[in-house]
Amino acid sequence: MIELLASHYAYALTFVLFGIGLYVIIASENLVKKLIGVNIFQTAIFLFFVSTAYVDGGGAPVVPAAKEPGRLLVASPLPQVIVLTAIVVGVALTAVGLALIVRIYAEYGTLQEDTLREVRADE
Amino acid sequence: MSEADLLPVALIVTPILAATLPIALGLRFERAGWPVAAVTTTGLFAAALALATVVYAGGEPITHELGGFPPQYGIQLVADGLSAPFTVLVTAAAAGVLVFTRVAGPRGNAFYTAYLLLVGGLLGISLTGDVFNLFVFLEISSLATYALVASGDGPESAVAALKYLILGTLGASIYLTGVALLFMATGTLNMNELAGMVPAELDGQQLALARAAFAFVFVGFALKVAQWPLHTWQPDAYQHAPDAVTPLIAALVSTASAYALGRVAYTVFGPEFLASTPYLTEVVVTVGSTSVLAGSALAAIQQDVKRMFAFSSVAQFGLIVAAYGVLTETAFAGAVFHLLGHGLLKGGLFLAVAAVALSTGARTVDEYAGLAARRPLLAGTMSVMLVALVGVPPSVGFVGKWYIAIGAVEAEAWPVAAVVFLSTMFTLAYAARLLEKMYFTPPTPVEAPHAPGAVATDGGRDRVTTGMCVVLVAVAVAAVVFGFAGGVFYDSLLGPFLETISIGGV
Repeated sequence: MIELLASHYAYALTFVLFGIGLYVIIASENLVKKLIGVNIFQTAIFLFFVSTAYVDGGGAPVVPAAKEPGRLLVASPLPQVIVLTAIVVGVALTAVGLALIVRIYAEYGTLQEDTLREVRADE
Repeated sequence: MSEADLLPVALIVTPILAATLPIALGLRFERAGWPVAAVTTTGLFAAALALATVVYAGGEPITHELGGFPPQYGIQLVADGLSAPFTVLVTAAAAGVLVFTRVAGPRGNAFYTAYLLLVGGLLGISLTGDVFNLFVFLEISSLATYALVASGDGPESAVAALKYLILGTLGASIYLTGVALLFMATGTLNMNELAGMVPAELDGQQLALARAAFAFVFVGFALKVAQWPLHTWQPDAYQHAPDAVTPLIAALVSTASAYALGRVAYTVFGPEFLASTPYLTEVVVTVGSTSVLAGSALAAIQQDVKRMFAFSSVAQFGLIVAAYGVLTETAFAGAVFHLLGHGLLKGGLFLAVAAVALSTGARTVDEYAGLAARRPLLAGTMSVMLVALVGVPPSVGFVGKWYIAIGAVEAEAWPVAAVVFLSTMFTLAYAARLLEKMYFTPPTPVEAPHAPGAVATDGGRDRVTTGMCVVLVAVAVAAVVFGFAGGVFYDSLLGPFLETISIGGV
């Protein structure tokens, strides 16, 4: 078990982040914190994706012009490119979410979900 | 490369590029959005029809490799017998709903930008042949949907949109985890390549990764498709979205996710994998069946008509997911047909709800009392669609349920057959409540909370236009006509696709 953790600590760490993100989304009453939770959750997945590309002893996937490309030991570039795209998507989501939160705050004057529930129940 | 090869690209690129026009032209012309959206969606509908014709005439999938990169590195777009009808449905619904937004909808150029982005994202989901690209298009369409839901007048719509955003993002992220696990197991993201590798070329550890990947993918999509108990975002989002937006998202957004689930489950993982993994089909069938029962029961107790139809969607999608789990050719065909039929019917029903709200202000079941006498056309088309939703033959709702039931009997999955029957009874329960109110309850002068504002603002003029009536009648007629087309669809359109994934061999 210890040996597995020592060699796979990157995976263990990402799944701890995964859990933290999920917990914040569920347990926090504050809407902004909930959105932060979503971001932590997404980041955990991004890190997980990037860590799958790791090659023992491999360098950055930049191929020098002079050498033979086949003999280089590099990390897989595909997950890194993919995660770059996913990060852009995540940023856009955060922006839309924050815009919605601004509107909710302007309408109800609160960011706490429990207060929000009470205000909406009164109407 | 023939010209048809470029059609899938054109279908995705055109709406996304056109989405910039309403904002750009909006600097000079105040109401540029609607004409741009109308021209684009009509053109897309024609292109989708052309694409479907080529696909079915040739019997071969049309593929396009973006930028000429081979599928190992690049992204492939694929139009085959399964995706072609969905592109037609997406473009048709997008064009039909526009008729409503001209009078009823939220106006403003930004709205039409989001509208076109949504259409582009949905077409991307239908046509992509790459599991990661699917995630990107899923998020493009989701982002546009959040914006559209939030474009309602009241503050409630912002709360509903934020709830949808948080849960929708969770769903998409969980799907992305599944993609990461799948990539670890196989080293490719292309659906066709994956199909060749899962499960035939996988050994112990890789197979375990693939199984974990399916679990993540399934849970992610269950959130997106709104399966009980992950459905909680959906009724709020449907109810608080503007009237003219609900038909679009009800007809398309969850439908596209359910299509993507079927595509990933059957093309990428394949029936062999689904059948060989212990408890997999049982879990899928249980989730689907529970959604049918829970969704129907919740729909039957709702007072708000939009909310009632929203819970009804939870039930209908449950039926589709359960049919995916049955694993026979007939049940899969039934699921596809029910998916298309439900998209058509639910879109039409929400359009009718929007038209009723426009002309009379009625929103709850009680307020619908005596509608048939006041608005015979609206009540008539709505009844046809309701009866079709219940599944009375000959209608599109019947064909899907029929094939699912036959497939369940073939596979000896008796609970699914029972659930199909029960769902019909439940659907009848809430559809009959509405029918009874519309036709057999005299209009009572209820203190309708919505009525005065909605009608009086326009000086009493009936705001239901001829175009809206034409669309509603067209949907009602299509619901009946496609009821006769079940056999044709099965044999000539879906048949070639079913052969390629060979469910029959299981």
